Amino acid sequence: MSGSFQRQVEVGRVVLINYGADAGKLAVIVDIVDHSRALIDGPTTGVKRQAFAYRRLTLTPLVVKDLPRAAGATALKKSLEKNETMAAWNKTAWAQKLANRTQRKNLGDFDRFKLLKFKNQRRAVVGPAVAALKKQQA
Amino acid sequence: MAHAPRNSFIAPGVSRYSRSAVYAKKALHKHPKPAVKAADKSAAADKTVELKGGQKRVVPANKASRFYPAEDVPQPKKSRKAPKAASVRSSITPGTVLILLAGRFRGKRVVCVKNLESGLLLVSGPYKINGVPLRRVNQAYVIATSTKVDLSAAQIDEKFNDAYFTKKTVSNKKGSEEEFFEGEQKKKVYPETKANDQKNVDKALLEAVSKVPHLRQYLASTFSLKKGQFPHQLKF
Repeated sequence: MSGSFQRQVEVGRVVLINYGADAGKLAVIVDIVDHSRALIDGPTTGVKRQAFAYRRLTLTPLVVKDLPRAAGATALKKSLEKNETMAAWNKTAWAQKLANRTQRKNLGDFDRFKLLKFKNQRRAVVGPAVAALKKQQA
Repeated sequence: MAHAPRNSFIAPGVSRYSRSAVYAKKALHKHPKPAVKAADKSAAADKTVELKGGQKRVVPANKASRFYPAEDVPQPKKSRKAPKAASVRSSITPGTVLILLAGRFRGKRVVCVKNLESGLLLVSGPYKINGVPLRRVNQAYVIATSTKVDLSAAQIDEKFNDAYFTKKTVSNKKGSEEEFFEGEQKKKVYPETKANDQKNVDKALLEAVSKVPHLRQYLASTFSLKKGQFPHQLKF
């Protein structure tokens, strides 16, 4: 790690694809092609091995440790499972936010109504409690 | 006297005037509709004539005209098409919660009771929950939600068909003596049989609705688009 960059393009870097048919899927940088593209592969997420432009990727804070350069799909799959990378990703706030977003999008009309009611219920409990605490502090 | 067609083609297949423009030009609405008489079949088509030599021969009763009309008389096109009842889309089944989009109950969430033969849907609020009575709606003016009310236990009377909802024709008493002496028209009272029908249907519906938490409040609430919501992006 050098300079002020926290995430670098490197072999083993887990990336989130944000363009094309695989948008929203995770993949791993296997090799670096040039200053604009990298070879990515996602054997566990259904991403084919392909050269992909950096501008269509987002770098995640996750890196697959000790992944050799140009590792094959089987080797990559093994090390992904060994490092439990997918589990680590699912734990991040980022992944949870994305999951929430899709879940919200898939709510039906009745579900949206129930959500409204539950939020009402929560407000009815939390609001007065916070107000009471504030009063105590003052 | 028939005349040449008013309309002509600008280019093949492209008429100068639209169908409605031609209708306006014809001003058919100003004239009474000519009654079309059915051909008289009772008159004999043929008759037997005796010739000079005593022979007999069958000839047509009416001689055909010796002339053809000089101009082609436009014949109205006969349509053999009859409107078919639309098939109800698969997302709507008895028990589906629908959102009404048009009419005075727009925005209300109602329960589909059954599909009628005319292709219309029979819906009920239920009346007690949101004030929507048993009524027919066109499926085009409805959003089907994925929510279903379990109507498997409900018995829906066969009498709720399209005929049940047609209005009785009232004799036109306008300007007559009766109307003059009757004075103020009495306010029409909602027929008690219909009120009872509503209660009977709703009883089964309410029972099913009460089994699902929040469903009653859901049906009582109205649908509206909130900020940033677009109907084509929403799931119902």
